[in-house]
Amino acid sequence: MMEIGLNHYLVLSTILFSIGLIGVMRRKNLLMLFFATEILLNSVNIAFAAISHFYGDLTGQMFAFFVIAIAASEVAVGLGLLIVWHKRHNAIDLDLMSTMRG
Amino acid sequence: MEVLLYTALFAPLVGSLFAALFGAKPKMLITGIVTSSLLGVSLIASTILLVFVLSSGQFVQVELMTWMATGDLYIPFGFIVDQVSVTMMMVVTLVSTVVHVYAIGYMDHDKGFNRFFSWLSAFVFSMLVLVMSDNFAGLFIGWEGVGLCSWGLIGFWYHKESATWAANEAFIMNRIADLGMLIGIFLVYWNTGTLQYHEAFAAMPSLETSTLVWIGIFLFVGAMGKSAQFPLHTWLADAMEGPTPVSALIHAATMVTAGVYLVVRSNELYSLIPNVGLFIASLGAFVAIFAATMALVNRDIKRVIAYSTLSQLGYMFAAAGLGAYWVALFHLMAHAFFKALLFLGGGNVMHAMSDELDPFKMGGLGKTMKGTMILMTLASVALAGIFPLAGFFSKDLILEVAFIDHHFIIYSVLLLTAGLTAFYSFRIIALIFHGEDRHTSLGFHPHEAYKFMLWAMAPLAVLAVIAGALKGTYFEMVTAVLPATEYHVHSATTYWIMTIGTQLFVIAAIYFAYKKYMSKDIKVPDGTSAMENSFKYKLLINQYYIPHFYEEYLVKPYRELSRVFWKQVDQKVVDASVDGIANIFYATGENTRTMQSGNLSTMLKWMVAGAVALLSLAVVFGLAVRHSDEIKTILSGLGV
Repeated sequence: MMEIGLNHYLVLSTILFSIGLIGVMRRKNLLMLFFATEILLNSVNIAFAAISHFYGDLTGQMFAFFVIAIAASEVAVGLGLLIVWHKRHNAIDLDLMSTMRG
Repeated sequence: MEVLLYTALFAPLVGSLFAALFGAKPKMLITGIVTSSLLGVSLIASTILLVFVLSSGQFVQVELMTWMATGDLYIPFGFIVDQVSVTMMMVVTLVSTVVHVYAIGYMDHDKGFNRFFSWLSAFVFSMLVLVMSDNFAGLFIGWEGVGLCSWGLIGFWYHKESATWAANEAFIMNRIADLGMLIGIFLVYWNTGTLQYHEAFAAMPSLETSTLVWIGIFLFVGAMGKSAQFPLHTWLADAMEGPTPVSALIHAATMVTAGVYLVVRSNELYSLIPNVGLFIASLGAFVAIFAATMALVNRDIKRVIAYSTLSQLGYMFAAAGLGAYWVALFHLMAHAFFKALLFLGGGNVMHAMSDELDPFKMGGLGKTMKGTMILMTLASVALAGIFPLAGFFSKDLILEVAFIDHHFIIYSVLLLTAGLTAFYSFRIIALIFHGEDRHTSLGFHPHEAYKFMLWAMAPLAVLAVIAGALKGTYFEMVTAVLPATEYHVHSATTYWIMTIGTQLFVIAAIYFAYKKYMSKDIKVPDGTSAMENSFKYKLLINQYYIPHFYEEYLVKPYRELSRVFWKQVDQKVVDASVDGIANIFYATGENTRTMQSGNLSTMLKWMVAGAVALLSLAVVFGLAVRHSDEIKTILSGLGV
């Protein structure tokens, strides 16, 4: 049984980050996009916490808290907008949101 | 004295600016009156300065302000009124005052009346800067200023194609010469470290002769352009496209003599290099006879007078080149008076004949234009050098200088030219004022010019008559700064033979001109007579084919070369590369436009791609920095 070290955490963080990134690129459902973003942020949080522990410096874990707080408020705002959008258009498909087209 | 100096200098500028305020307005008499009276103020100030310089023998030098001061270079706006510049100031202000007053009448019906006076006064200001500056830089400013005003005034009637062409020709030819002058000035600064006249000239005797020769040659190239010496002479005759007062002031009395002034001012330099001086004198003598021959056949009053100016400038250079600087300056002064008078008279005739310039179409104008006839005849007598008028004292003196210095070739050329001068001057006098009436049948109804125009010319006439008497005083004055060589023929007999011989020769030429051109057989030439078809006549009337030569062998190849550069270099290289750069941006924009689809998913993909790209770069650079030593070894192994 080998010791769980920093590298393992970092590999987990990288894997989660990649999953999140692919999700951001591939998902067409707005709700799923939020999920993917959450995965991205949390992968970073894991890396922060692990490195912080590794160096014995609390700054990283503090940062992770900030990220959680920001992520929560972002999701709150985002979900609110999402609901309004769903009420109006009865769909949350990304391809239909193209009013920004130049 | 300083106040007087500034008054003399800046009064014309004030006048010019005042007239310029109304430049685009229709004729306002006030502009002419204000500029003329300010010129009068300048004249009075110059006269007081002249009296001061004459009586005290001192000079006035002021420094208006610092112009350039960087490192060792220090050029102030400094002005000097010494014996030489006060002479020039008198000539300039006097002739220009007369011309201004005259022009009020001459430009009476012209739309550009105000503009004319603005340019004319600006010219006087530039000319005063030129002659009053105490350093080469200020001289150059004035030099360019007069060039600019000359351009504006030759091309004054800019709706005429020929006038704009002549203006550009004059301007461009002068620029060519100015390059030489500028090189000369640079050389002066390079070798002496200063541009102030007295310091530069004081440093010159210690320089090497070859350096001095180059300085002398380059400065003289500038003088050649401004004074229209061969081979840069063609612009002067074409400059007659300008209004006649301009021809009188700029292209006879003042601006074209700037070259002579430069040589006189640099006398300390040219005294050190007598070989260059001899070259100047030879060129002067050549131009004297060269221009005089062209004047023999020309059928345009103003051009005849212009060639005569050219010829007289040749005399001045001959004198200056031989070291007789005060003689050159004296002839410059005398010439300014009678030549301006001659031109203004020509202007009266031109006005009377509705701008007709061919003297063969006139004849018998003396009956209607008595005043003009007297003034012009007087000027021509002075020009021909008949005792006791101005020309006798100044021109014969140049002949004597050449004789005494044993330059007999120059002497004979100048003597022959004196005869030619008399002949062509009286050729036009005879054709215009005497002989059969040929103009009435051509539908001309001549009238005499305004009275005040004739009165304005009177001071010039008086000076053309009495200027010779001022020779003694003048000599006393200018020799304070110029080499005081007195020219006396050693044996009295030789002197009398020379003087009387010259007089008889000139009188014979005048008689011949009268006899030939007062006869009843004179008709308007129609190109059929044997004389007109002779080779000599064709050579002369075509100005020795020099303009033709310039056109064929300089202008056309240049135009062709420019065309090649335009088509091959400009369009295919310069334009192509500029357009190419622009096209790259266009194409990039066109091709990447689809990226902006507005689709959030696509944008996110691009964002990720960008992040990945930047991250890869960061990694690559990080590795490169970490392993820089190894990379260097590899690169040096590859021979980079």
